[in-house]
Amino acid sequence: MCLGIPGKVVETFREHGILMGKVDFGGVMKRVCLEHVPEATPGEYVLVHVGFALAAIDEAEAQRVFEFLDSMNQLGELDEVP
Amino acid sequence: MKFLDEFRDGRTVANLVKAIEARVTRPWTIMEVCGGQTHTIVKYGIDEVLPAAIELVHGPGCPVCVTPLEVLDRAHAIAARSGVTFCSFGDMLRVPGSRTDLLQLKSQGADVRIVYAPLDAVQIAAANPDRQVVFFAIGFETTAPANAMAVALAERRGLSNFSVLVSHVLVPPAIAAILDAPDNRVQGFLGPGHVCTVVGYEEYEPLVDRFRVPIVITGFEPVDMLQGILMTVEQLEAGEARLENQYGRVVRREGNRASIDLIAQVFEVCDRKWRGVGSIPASGWRLTERYRAFDAERRFHVDVIETQESAECISGQVLRGIKKPHDCPAFGAGCTPDNPLGATMVSAEGACAAYFAYGRLKTVHAQAAM
Repeated sequence: MCLGIPGKVVETFREHGILMGKVDFGGVMKRVCLEHVPEATPGEYVLVHVGFALAAIDEAEAQRVFEFLDSMNQLGELDEVP
Repeated sequence: MKFLDEFRDGRTVANLVKAIEARVTRPWTIMEVCGGQTHTIVKYGIDEVLPAAIELVHGPGCPVCVTPLEVLDRAHAIAARSGVTFCSFGDMLRVPGSRTDLLQLKSQGADVRIVYAPLDAVQIAAANPDRQVVFFAIGFETTAPANAMAVALAERRGLSNFSVLVSHVLVPPAIAAILDAPDNRVQGFLGPGHVCTVVGYEEYEPLVDRFRVPIVITGFEPVDMLQGILMTVEQLEAGEARLENQYGRVVRREGNRASIDLIAQVFEVCDRKWRGVGSIPASGWRLTERYRAFDAERRFHVDVIETQESAECISGQVLRGIKKPHDCPAFGAGCTPDNPLGATMVSAEGACAAYFAYGRLKTVHAQAAM
C-alpha cells in the first residue's frame, strides 16, 4: 500500500491552481501531483505514491549505501563474493 | 530503472549479508513495520539468507489489512446505493466484508471504480455532476497528503458531489501498543520509510527513549532492508538504542513541511479500531470540522452493522509479531487469499498473504544453527 516509485520529471504544469507534472517511470508516463515538491525540475527524480510526489530523491544520499560498502571492502571486512 | 536496479543488486546484497553475519553473536528479533517491507522480505527471500539468529517478525503496517470489518461493511453499503460512484484503490476491491466485497458489488451493477490516485476521483466527480462520487480514503501517513489534497481540491472547485470515507491509521501509536504489551518480543524496528518521508521521524525519537529500542528508518528495496537490518544489529550488539535513518535519499528528520501542513488542515487525530488488534487511542485521522461536509459517513447514513470475526484467526498475534503465519492451523488450509479469514490474509501485503503467495507453506528454519 505504501508503495513509492521513483520517476523522472519530464515536464511541469499547473492545473486548477495545483503544480502537476508528467513523470517517466521507466518508459511509462503518468500524471503526478508535484505540489509538495515544487523544487523538482525536469530531469530530476521524485518518489511517487498514489499519483502524488512525496519527496525529491537526493542523489548524493542514494550513493551513501554503496560508499559504506566500499569502505568495508577497503577495511578487508568483506571477502570476495563470487 | 534508476534508484531501483542498484538497490536490488545481488552482489551488494551478498556483501550486506556477510557484514550482518560478521556482526551477529546471539539471537535477535526485529520487526519490519510496513507491509511493503514484509512483501520485499518474502518475495526476495531475505529471511532465508540471513543468519538463523536473526528472526524477522512482521508488523501491522498494511492499511488494507487493519481496516475494520465494520468500515468495509459501511463502504459496501454506500457503494451499493443508486446514484453513487464508489472509487477505491485496487487493493481494497477483493477485501471481503461481512457479506460481500466491492468487486462482487460491481458485478451486480454497482458503479465501483478503481482509481490509481485520489485526485482521479476528484476528476470523476467534476465530470459527473449528477453522481455522488465517494472515495475510500484509507492508508497510513504515506497516503494522507494525496487524500488531503483530494479533499482540499474538491472544496476549492466547489464539488458538492464529492465525499470521502476516511479510515486513516498512524504508525507510532501502533509501535507503542506493540512494545507496551507484556508478551512483546520485538527488540528492534525497521521503521516505515515512506511514512517518514511524509511526516519525518521526530515522533519516533520518544519511542526509542521510552522503550530503549533501536529504530532504523528503512527503505523498501533488498539493499535498503539489509542495510537497515545491519544498522539495527550493530546497535543491538552494542547495547545501544538510537534512531537512525537508512533511507536518507528521501527521508528527512522534519519530513515534508507542505504535506504536514496540508494534513493538519484536513485531518485531526482520533481513536481508531485496527482489525485484528482492537482500538488504539489517538491512532487515526478523521476530517477536521472545516471539511466535515466532505465526510461520506455524514452524507450517507448507514445503520450500525454487527460484525463477527473468525474465532480461528490469529491475525492479531501475527500483526503484533507474537506469531508467524505458519503458527495458524488455518493458514493455507481454511484460510487462503481467495477465502481469507482475517486481516493478514486479505491484502497482498499482509504477512499471511505474502507467505502464501511466495510458497512459504512450511516453516523456514532450515538454516544451520549459529
